[in-house]
Amino acid sequence: MKIRSIILYYLLSVVFLLSWPSLLYAQELSLLEEDESSTSDRVIATFKTNRIVNGHSIETVAKNEFDFKISHRFGVLNQGFYDLFGLDQATMRMGGDFGITDNINIGIGRSTVEKTYDGFIKYKFLTQTQNTESVPISAVLISHIGINTLKWAQPERDNKFTSRLHYTHQLLVARKFSTNFSAQLSPTLVHKNLVESNEKPNDIFALGFGARHKITPRTTLNIEYFHVFPNQLDINAANALSVGFDIETGGHVFQLFFTNSTAPFEKGFITDTKGKWNDGNIRFGFNIARVFNF
Amino acid sequence: MKKTIIYSLLFTIATAFTTHSGGIYKTNTGNINFYSHTPVEDITADNHKVKTAFSAENGKIQFSCLIKDFEFKKALMQEHFNENYMESTTYPKATFDGTISSISTIDLGKDGTYTSTVVGKLTIKDVTKDVTTLGTFTVKNGLVNAKATFNLNPYDYNVSIPKMVAPKISDSIKISIDIDYTHQH
Repeated sequence: MKIRSIILYYLLSVVFLLSWPSLLYAQELSLLEEDESSTSDRVIATFKTNRIVNGHSIETVAKNEFDFKISHRFGVLNQGFYDLFGLDQATMRMGGDFGITDNINIGIGRSTVEKTYDGFIKYKFLTQTQNTESVPISAVLISHIGINTLKWAQPERDNKFTSRLHYTHQLLVARKFSTNFSAQLSPTLVHKNLVESNEKPNDIFALGFGARHKITPRTTLNIEYFHVFPNQLDINAANALSVGFDIETGGHVFQLFFTNSTAPFEKGFITDTKGKWNDGNIRFGFNIARVFNF
Repeated sequence: MKKTIIYSLLFTIATAFTTHSGGIYKTNTGNINFYSHTPVEDITADNHKVKTAFSAENGKIQFSCLIKDFEFKKALMQEHFNENYMESTTYPKATFDGTISSISTIDLGKDGTYTSTVVGKLTIKDVTKDVTTLGTFTVKNGLVNAKATFNLNPYDYNVSIPKMVAPKISDSIKISIDIDYTHQH
């Protein structure tokens, strides 16, 4: 008896379930069949802008757009009120990124640190797609060149122009995991044409990590860390760690952050960072980005 | 026995015909444009992938489009539209479900221009509002072109606009619809 009622119950539920879609259909006759498109769409807005904090993100500016950037890093916080927590000093970079195509960008800039001119070429060769997960990541190759234009420390030496140059090559691999969370890995090679002594390597390998979490549609919390592999730099060198916010206001993106690095260009913040977070040897900084269309 | 089979066959054929007579007009490539005019800035975007259909039988008309299919001239604007204003990953679609009030006065078999009010419910960002507009239907060689314009207020549809940007975005955005329907057999 019991078994029979269970069977009956199941049969009834099956009949009910089967009739359910047709009931729905009868209620609101839909003229449009819902063929959920199987087209793969490019993922947009993995990051708010083309920098995470110091380093590049996989974002590029669109074709014929120019993204003008002003980057400031103030003095160290731990000098206290006398320096108004570092605001008395500032280093800055002025520059911009230009979209030759949606995926190929070039950029130039000039920093007060070592009076450095820098330029880069950035190529996004893979764009993450959604719906169909055919491409799970976005990937970018970027090569930077920097020119130190300080007066020669020893003018009497036979100084060569090439000694002023340093290069940084990066592969940026990022994935937007959800609307709110994106992460990026950035294997990096820094090459310095001139180093202080024979024992110092010209090539320095590092791995960058960056992530962002969206707090509101217009603000994100960002973190960025560059791990320089051991035995390449001085003992007093530090890895660059930065934490900040992106605030997007339509045409502008403001990035406000704390970082232990000084230089707003790759070779500088990856290999010349000295400040230690646990000594309070950190700085407040900001980037302002404004996009112009041509 | 034979008679019953024939009758039932006839009945089936007859019902098949009545359900299909008049038929459905539809397309997957309709156009919707929106235009926001303020003294500070004009903003416009087009969606050329609007799915829509109407029934000549009862005048029922439906639209569905993906928010991310709106194309802007400025890539950054398109990103902000999707990311900040429309939150298109959370609310991917806008839909309209309504009726062409005087479908019976539109002779889809005869070339000409006809007008009718269209009433229905517009859903954007999960907010549903009643919309009434005047549609112009132009029949030519069995094809039907439908045009309509109406205005909507983004604040009605849960679109949050920061104070700083508010002067750039009109509270009466003009929606223009231009659809070429083809007859489905």
